[in-house]
Amino acid sequence: MKSLRVDISKCTACKQCELACSWHLTGQFNPAKSAIKAFVFDAIARYVPYACFQCDEAWCMNSCPISAISVDVKTKAKIVDKNSCVGCKVCTIACPFGTISFDSVTGKVYKCDLCDGDPSCVTVCPTDAILYKDVDTASTPKMSEWALRLTDAYSIKEANL
Amino acid sequence: MSNSYTDKLLRVNLSEGTVKTEKINRDWQKEFIGGRGLATKYLISETDSKTDPLGKENKLIFVTGPLTGTSAPTGARYMVVTKSPLTGTIACSNSGGYFGSELKFAGYDMIIFEGASDKPVYLSIYNDDVVIKDAAAIWGKGVWETEDILKSVEGDSDSRVAAIGPAGENKVLFSCIVNEKHRAAGRSGVGAVMGSKKLKAIVVRGTKGIGVSNPERFFEDINKSKEILREAPVTGQALPAYGTAVLVNVMNEYGGLPSYNFRSSQFANAEKISGETIADTRLVANKACFACTIACGRVTKLPDNASEKYIVSTSSRNWKDAGGGPEYENIWAMAPLCGIDDIDALIKANWLCNDLGMDPISYGATLACAMELYENGAIDEKTAGMNLNFGNAEALVKMVYDTGHRSGFGDYLAEGSYRLSKRFSHPEFFMGVKKQEFPAYDPRAVQGIGLAYATNNRGADHLRAYTIASEIMGIPEKTDPAETEGKAALTKLFQDATGVVDSSGLCIFCTFAIGLPEIVPMINSAAGSDYSVDDALKIGERIWNMEHLYNLSAGILGAEDTLPKRILEGKIAEGPTKGMVNKLDKMLPEYYQLRGWDDNAVPSKEKIEELGLG
Repeated sequence: MKSLRVDISKCTACKQCELACSWHLTGQFNPAKSAIKAFVFDAIARYVPYACFQCDEAWCMNSCPISAISVDVKTKAKIVDKNSCVGCKVCTIACPFGTISFDSVTGKVYKCDLCDGDPSCVTVCPTDAILYKDVDTASTPKMSEWALRLTDAYSIKEANL
Repeated sequence: MSNSYTDKLLRVNLSEGTVKTEKINRDWQKEFIGGRGLATKYLISETDSKTDPLGKENKLIFVTGPLTGTSAPTGARYMVVTKSPLTGTIACSNSGGYFGSELKFAGYDMIIFEGASDKPVYLSIYNDDVVIKDAAAIWGKGVWETEDILKSVEGDSDSRVAAIGPAGENKVLFSCIVNEKHRAAGRSGVGAVMGSKKLKAIVVRGTKGIGVSNPERFFEDINKSKEILREAPVTGQALPAYGTAVLVNVMNEYGGLPSYNFRSSQFANAEKISGETIADTRLVANKACFACTIACGRVTKLPDNASEKYIVSTSSRNWKDAGGGPEYENIWAMAPLCGIDDIDALIKANWLCNDLGMDPISYGATLACAMELYENGAIDEKTAGMNLNFGNAEALVKMVYDTGHRSGFGDYLAEGSYRLSKRFSHPEFFMGVKKQEFPAYDPRAVQGIGLAYATNNRGADHLRAYTIASEIMGIPEKTDPAETEGKAALTKLFQDATGVVDSSGLCIFCTFAIGLPEIVPMINSAAGSDYSVDDALKIGERIWNMEHLYNLSAGILGAEDTLPKRILEGKIAEGPTKGMVNKLDKMLPEYYQLRGWDDNAVPSKEKIEELGLG
């Protein structure tokens, strides 16, 4: 099983992910209808791609009164069945992360569906700020990076002994 | 059929307070693609070329191209087309960021502002809801604060704001229009035109989609272009690593980085303000414009101990925060050209230019001119209010503020260096063409760019025929910068091709890697057109001639296609380019001939007919 991983330090806020996502979801370029958004925080110069985390016990899925949201067998993405969604928006209230949204044009909600296992945001990201990685091993690189930093702390301790 | 145009324009009459939606003229769209060409056609058809640029009769047009808002790499651009108060020529200034694409998502290719309001207003656009609103609460505020306020009042974090700062309000002749706080339609004083209309800002939010005509081909075309951009050294490595500032060392080493108001062509302390130094010591992030896979934009932060230095104002800027720039041209104009090597003063001055809404090229160049006047005794300390010796970093920061507010000596600087040098009886210290200041490449050291400056429809400027690409970087192929032969054809080709790029909505920087053979297919598959590369070049030529005819009719004649005496006769004193001057007379006649113009730069009847400009 894989999930989207974001490296904030690499994002340039070019919005190619929003373009690709909105094309996938709507057949048009329309960042307002993208399930992933690259947020811009000017004062601290941080740019953050942000999308559904695909919770295991998903609030959106559990709150849907007509079970229009289900788990994709292959990717484990939480998928909205557009035919049965009645647009009640309860899921948008239930989701703590704001990553499921209502589209006033279709009258349905939409969210990240992981593009059937080949996320287009990952494909188009020019700086590899968005990756699609195996969840079971995803944290190893970060652990390794911080483990290396511990050696600095250890050296300081050694030097001071 | 779905394509990437919205086919709609907004016509906003600020005198009457009315807003109308109109269909874009399809014939003109086909003739000019969109963007720069299309808006210029509208301006010329609807206004008198002799109109007062700051009068009610002038119009101010914001325009996008067919690739703006699509995923075509660098498809972010919008242009502002009007008559320039600085030059009296056509003005077309181009900006990136997110504003242009958002305008498309709201459903408009173009906005035409006409008339003038008698009180400050801003335009609020949320899809079909377009309202002129009172701007009393934001008039006088800097660009940064204006954007923050309008976002909180009008929409959300994705609302996009293009605004003028105090400089535009005070009609500083080189004031600009700034969007996303640090992207600007920078040159020719388009901000002053907006200020003359008492239009403080446009805030836009759009939630509509943009289609493309042939999706399969479009994605094939753009993926190919993205790949080339990624692999090319300039767009794949140099610009992402150092931004445009990578050129500081390149141009300095070559001997083409003008300093001390063009008295020299190198700067001894260039290393202190170079792209490499900025990347090592001040850079915090690369910031891309919409859909741009290059991300040349710089975001810098002052070290804590520098943030208290040279504080000049009650500006809204928080000096502890990160801010956009500085880019190569701005670095050059405000540092080497003024003999200044203080990187933090430079970053502050750059940020103040953004906040006040002022073109840092013309500002820096005008200050450099003032410094030469000062050192020659034409301006004394009493007149200037402070010492204006070359190298005075404090003056750089203080005078930005005073210029933007037209206070004290800043009121003279606000007129630009052409008028300043005349006022103090040394017109020979003006370094520019058609009343606009030169950009950052010495036309003595690089021959072709001199011709490009002299013949530019918007006055001295590098963005209409960036022959530096060929003469210095070897793109698409290397030509000898010291050589005049072939430069007439090179300049014409670049001018015509640039017209196509500017009309498409792409950024000119994409042409460091891709050319019309890649760009034209992207236009076609998005817009549903079927232009050949030759068709596109013909459109570029049509645009160039249309702008030129406008200038001629405005009274800006061929005699102004020239360079200052210092450039034509004053040999470079030292360094690798020692002894060089610009040999414009070896290039200009051939250029006119290639254009089909007579000796006075008047296009022949046949040329006008051929281009359908009769």
